[in-house]
Amino acid sequence: LSRYTAITPADLDAMLAAIGVSSVQEIFDRQIPEAVRLDRALALPDGLGEQDVYTHLRELAARNTSAEDELSFLGAGMYDHYVPALIDMLMERSEFLTPYTPYQPEISQGGLQVMFEYQTAISELTDLPVSNASAYEGPSAVAAAGYLAKLHNGRSRFVVSAGLHPHSIETLRTHAHGYGMQVVEVPLRDGVTDADAWAQAIDGDTSAAIFAQPNFYGVVEDAEALSAAAKAAGVAAEGNGNGNGSSGGGAPVVVAQVDPITLGILKPPGACGVDVAVGEGQPLGNRLDFGGPSFGFFAAREEYLRRMPGRIAGETLDVDGRRGFVLTLQTREQHIRREKATSNICTAQALNALAGVVYLTWLGRQGLVELGDLLLARTHYARETLAALEGVEKLHEQPVIREFALRLDGDLAAIRRHCALHGVNPGVDVHAMSGREQDRGVLLVAITERRSRADIDRLAEVLQAALAAQHDPAAAGETVAA
Amino acid sequence: MSTVEDNLLHADPGIDVHPVPTHAHAGGATPLQRDRARTVFQKGAPGRRAFVCPPLDVPATGAEELLPSRYRRSEPPRLPELSEPEIVRHYVGISKRNFDLDSGFYPLGSCTMKHNPRLHERVAALPGHARLHPLQDPERAQGALELMFNLQGALGEISGLPNVSLQPSAGSAGELAGVLLSRAYHEDRGETRHKVLTPDTAHGTNPATVTMAGFEVVKLATDPDGGIDLDDLRAKADSDVACLMLTNPNTLGLFDRNIAEIAEIVHGVGATLYYDGANLNAVMGLSRPGDMGFDIVHFNLHKSFTQPHGGGGPGSGPIAVSERIAPFLPRPVVARRDDGSFELDQIGEKSIGRLRGFHGNYGCFVRAYAYICSLGADGLKDASEAAVLNANYLLARLREKGVAEYLPLAYGELCMHEFVLSGGPMKKELTIKTLDLAKRLLDFGFHPPTVYFPLLVDEALMIEPTETETKETLDAFAAAIAKILAEAAENPEIAAGAPYTTPVRRLDEVAAAKRPVIRQALG
Repeated sequence: LSRYTAITPADLDAMLAAIGVSSVQEIFDRQIPEAVRLDRALALPDGLGEQDVYTHLRELAARNTSAEDELSFLGAGMYDHYVPALIDMLMERSEFLTPYTPYQPEISQGGLQVMFEYQTAISELTDLPVSNASAYEGPSAVAAAGYLAKLHNGRSRFVVSAGLHPHSIETLRTHAHGYGMQVVEVPLRDGVTDADAWAQAIDGDTSAAIFAQPNFYGVVEDAEALSAAAKAAGVAAEGNGNGNGSSGGGAPVVVAQVDPITLGILKPPGACGVDVAVGEGQPLGNRLDFGGPSFGFFAAREEYLRRMPGRIAGETLDVDGRRGFVLTLQTREQHIRREKATSNICTAQALNALAGVVYLTWLGRQGLVELGDLLLARTHYARETLAALEGVEKLHEQPVIREFALRLDGDLAAIRRHCALHGVNPGVDVHAMSGREQDRGVLLVAITERRSRADIDRLAEVLQAALAAQHDPAAAGETVAA
Repeated sequence: MSTVEDNLLHADPGIDVHPVPTHAHAGGATPLQRDRARTVFQKGAPGRRAFVCPPLDVPATGAEELLPSRYRRSEPPRLPELSEPEIVRHYVGISKRNFDLDSGFYPLGSCTMKHNPRLHERVAALPGHARLHPLQDPERAQGALELMFNLQGALGEISGLPNVSLQPSAGSAGELAGVLLSRAYHEDRGETRHKVLTPDTAHGTNPATVTMAGFEVVKLATDPDGGIDLDDLRAKADSDVACLMLTNPNTLGLFDRNIAEIAEIVHGVGATLYYDGANLNAVMGLSRPGDMGFDIVHFNLHKSFTQPHGGGGPGSGPIAVSERIAPFLPRPVVARRDDGSFELDQIGEKSIGRLRGFHGNYGCFVRAYAYICSLGADGLKDASEAAVLNANYLLARLREKGVAEYLPLAYGELCMHEFVLSGGPMKKELTIKTLDLAKRLLDFGFHPPTVYFPLLVDEALMIEPTETETKETLDAFAAAIAKILAEAAENPEIAAGAPYTTPVRRLDEVAAAKRPVIRQALG
């Protein structure tokens, strides 16, 4: 008898008799050839009791410095926002935690209604009429948007802004290589996508033009101008006979990766001419979890509905005329359409999307705006305060909402180590993520509602000491000892 | 549960206040509310709120300076406005309209709906795991990296393929990784291959993945024993084939005895052999894909390793590969340094790159690792043995008179962890379809099996009980099937009109697809 099983010796006898075999061994012997049977025990430790497993996992957790253990300004895609207690409670309810994908709608109305509400919330946030029920996470949602564009217009190239998250660019490249598409990167100028290079790079072979809002460096892009320029450049190229795009209509699909927490105050992608908006849903009520699971969101204009990836819930009536919800437009999906499916997604992120819609409901209509304005004000304060320090300069002057980049005069790794000793994680080493030479010494600092003015002032104090220590190693030793 | 009172209390005055029909709990069904569905967008009132924003503690700066108005949103998104108690009631209320694994038997074939231990939720919620930022310095995330390293090692041992990347987000993402690895492997040898073979019994994710990875799907026939048709394989395996994707045991619940020969044919033309790990729960500690000759395996941590399914995710789809495929693994993987500490290894230039952001679904790794620690080597093997025993017992019960004549086993005699019945004779003799049987099972409090898959079985019912069910539950399920068939012999209209006791009855899916309404209309 193993953990979580329930077969007693009496059960076993009755079951073997019913099956008509003498042992469990016989069931396997009759089916698996000797040559591919494992003739030894797996080389894994023996099983542990529940309390011992807890202790082991608790010990591993204790060797991690979490956002609970230090003053953390880490961001770059995932953020330490407060997750309200009611989300924990709802996510642990058996009714949400333990069902499979709702294949039997009559007994899955709860989950299906959550999807329908989630889709509504994402449509509202993005100002785009159609949303799926979730994608895996941010970067793969960008790749999924690329695949939608490929199916839509059959062209050969993606043009991406260098302001897109490095993981998004790399994920897109990984996927695009499979189906043979090129990825062309447009550089930034003054912290935002270089408008001239952007317009130049987009032609009649451009399947999708992809940028981030705000971009990886935290800077607000002129999304309307980027969308308009992409469409104009694509159309002009088509008109000139430049490019051999196989579909009618010259404009590429304009895709934006957006940060959902900014959408209470930032002009939404739908109002900026964006065709497909995707993004990382973690800021909306999901834990950091060392990078996952969270959810990705995927919203689009109506014309892309039948090419959307993943599950979509729709409203209908039952035989008694009662309102209900079902998975709909399933002829897009792998289990029906197989090799002609719009994506291979089966299991996505339903539970994490639940956290997302509950979080948005918890914030409410005014709350999302208030939170956005608070982040905006504190981020501005933090940038100005830190940039005033000796040896620190802001990388950009443009508006930022929740994150910003600084260039530090000194060895960033040593500075970050110094800060860590004082219980402060000052942010992300951008070069380590982007690999771009110009990002050496650049620190990306993220602000959430959990980081107060006092916390920002503390960061300034510790950062200043760390910078001073750069120029006076003796002082560094003293500080560490203190 | 006092659902009548609940309904009265929940309902707004004058809106659809009605008692729950007394038959709502008939047949042992889970109590589910039969309230009229109103979305969260149809509740609350302007000005209500749950969130209290922290006060502005920094100097006020001009709005225009912070964010020029041309970037500003003119109208806030129309999110709901509810108090916290209202939010709780709303979501707890609709949760009761879900059936779930903790409430009853869920024999959904190919999905491995085994018990989800609550210990896993507790350890995953520890702040050291749950609030750990993915970009924390590796030196200060050693516990997480060690956990990932140990999980990589365990999955390598279970699969017999020692090189593991935990990155893929779910089974289908693992499949895509696998096929892209196959592409990278061939390209590295200077070969461009165009075809991937998949059996006609394959999960739909297989062919969908093949297309996404830029290959052409070539279907393989199934032989009369339920395995790959070897002659068909020999005819189609050529030097333009990059890979064969196989599930073993396959989606008929049968172990393909010709696996060694299949591997030989595939490797003979220089192609790779890919193992879809959806059915790994049948063979843990008993037979290993690596020993069968597979080059690439994906795992579904949300199947064999008890990550709760969450109503459609999250999942996690790690992959394990042989030495020759290892240089191409998606980055990053966790490596152990000489000093015993752990680091994120970005792999070399040959890596296919990232499949997603950060390191994968770590929260799922915590749960799967806790499960492996709980069971250990013997426990994993016991789990697979019990899963196969339970499946064969349930199959035996369904081969009794009164059932077998209507729902014969599609292939084979014994099965592995699941089996496929054909509802063809039932449809002919009793005039009820597999769908009707499935819907009638809802009235008996059971989740139906997977239906109409695999495609080559007429009116298929794919049944996977898992190891965590008791004999009593299996007996009760077999009895329910027998009763529904007997009832249908008397009056097929009952099953044809089922279900009767669920929050809603059969839904018009055609209308939903024809005129899609996929969001709440807002005033």
